[in-house]
Amino acid sequence: MIDREQVLHVARLARLELSEDEVSRMTGELSAILEHIEKISALDLDGVPPTTHVVDVPNALRPDVPRPCLPREVALANAPAVDDDGFSVPSPTA
Amino acid sequence: MSDIVALTAAQAAAAVGKGDLDPGELFEAYRARAAADDLNAFVWVAGEDATRANGAGGAGGASPLGGVPLGVKDLFCTEGVPSQAGSKILEDYRPPYTATVVRKLAEAGAPLLGKTNQDEFAMGSSNENSAFGPVLNPWDRGRVPGGSSGGSAAAVAAGTAPWAIGTDTGGSIRQPAALCGIVGLKPTYGSCSRFGMIAFASSLDQAGPLTRDVTDAALLFGHMVGRDDRDATSIQFPEEVRRPTAQRLDGIRLGVPDDLTGEGVEPGVMARFEATLQIARDLGATVERVPLPHADYGLSAYYVLAPAEASSNLARFDGVRYGLRRDADDLLTMYTKTRHDGFGPEVRRRILIGTYALSSGYYDAYYGRAQRVRTKIADDFRSAFERVDLIVTPTSPGVAFELGAKTADPLAMYLNDYFTVPMPLAGIPAISIPCGLSEDLPVGFQLAGPAFSENRILDAAYALEQAIGFDNSPARA
Repeated sequence: MIDREQVLHVARLARLELSEDEVSRMTGELSAILEHIEKISALDLDGVPPTTHVVDVPNALRPDVPRPCLPREVALANAPAVDDDGFSVPSPTA
Repeated sequence: MSDIVALTAAQAAAAVGKGDLDPGELFEAYRARAAADDLNAFVWVAGEDATRANGAGGAGGASPLGGVPLGVKDLFCTEGVPSQAGSKILEDYRPPYTATVVRKLAEAGAPLLGKTNQDEFAMGSSNENSAFGPVLNPWDRGRVPGGSSGGSAAAVAAGTAPWAIGTDTGGSIRQPAALCGIVGLKPTYGSCSRFGMIAFASSLDQAGPLTRDVTDAALLFGHMVGRDDRDATSIQFPEEVRRPTAQRLDGIRLGVPDDLTGEGVEPGVMARFEATLQIARDLGATVERVPLPHADYGLSAYYVLAPAEASSNLARFDGVRYGLRRDADDLLTMYTKTRHDGFGPEVRRRILIGTYALSSGYYDAYYGRAQRVRTKIADDFRSAFERVDLIVTPTSPGVAFELGAKTADPLAMYLNDYFTVPMPLAGIPAISIPCGLSEDLPVGFQLAGPAFSENRILDAAYALEQAIGFDNSPARA
């Protein structure tokens, strides 16, 4: 259903590290879940529109009035690392 | 007031309003009980300073909710108070703002009592997926309380909170309410603002009350609804939420889904369900079978849509702006290590399913098809509600199961949601009320109606509740 390579590919897309053990366990578990999900492929859905929103709402507009946003120090208060009044991260190219 | 905890929230609010009960005494009675909670239902409890703030002369006395304190599921953001969504990746996260529904309830006189335990990011049906440990069911401490709002349900059942709020994406209010012998309402999508709710699956998530009885649910829900500029999917509730008063069900047509034959449902649960249908008939309701031909596909569609939306929503937890970070020399390794260590196994599993379902080449086969199934399910309900007023089912196929019984098999755990998943897919409201015991454990009875039919649902649930006479006091002993 889903093989080891696909699990590794999806984990890369999701920015999720998996140990060797986890890769084999997920391969089995995800296959079982996907098999259950496959049930929907049996339905004839030609011409059925997708539901993107369950309750009809017209465009939700509000007046475009400026209002204060979070002060910088508050926005940074929970950050694991702060440098120069901004979020600090390791280099993308190191 | 000798036995504060014996009062329902509505009774306590009324006693405060009449001056018979001091709101500070009320708050402290529950604060002390919550602080001594031994079910692991709370992950944070207000301090004694909160009792002083909520005492006589505080907000309680003249307010509609009387100062009756509120248990709040951990995934609601509360300013300056830990809001961790049951996840290690948000351990000790203290948000700079408060969720709209929590703010509205506090303003109406239901101050924050504590934050309640939950399955991580609301993913689970047993509360065993919390980074802060499982919650125990007060009816039997060897069993789960249900999930994902398991802490809120257990706290209300055990009387360590007079009432609480939770969120429901595929059953996360109704199923734990059923397993703990209390009332849980999942409102129409859009009734309550999602602003400040840490998102799981945005097109399905709704906040709602978990309470000791139907009257408390109506009272709390009435102060949660309303359009919010900060949630573009929120809608003004079209009528006032009324306190339910119905004693009879004359003329009410109840529909039982065609495919509900008892297969896959515990015999004791089915027996309580049938007995409740008889009570409904005795109160004047008619019961008929209704076709819901696509309900059986609900679970499959749900386990595409919810993980897909979750994989997108949970992309924000990357160790940059808040929460856990695992240090590394380069950015990509920092992301992957942080997310590996911060998320528990079920969350990782769902992120992977969701990412797979949304990945190039698979989108149409999974997410696109699931959205079409969603349309069919909503159409089924629309047709059914031309024939009946409310659709009824058992809330959960079984009673509370033993801790650890289903953790090894994710799919078996998902089947718990069989009866609760179709309603959020269609955006419609549903309530679970206790309808008796099976094997000495509570059984839930679910009533669902069309969008914005909460008043009708609450009325029918109230009439049934009076006739059933379920005794929930053993859980508070």
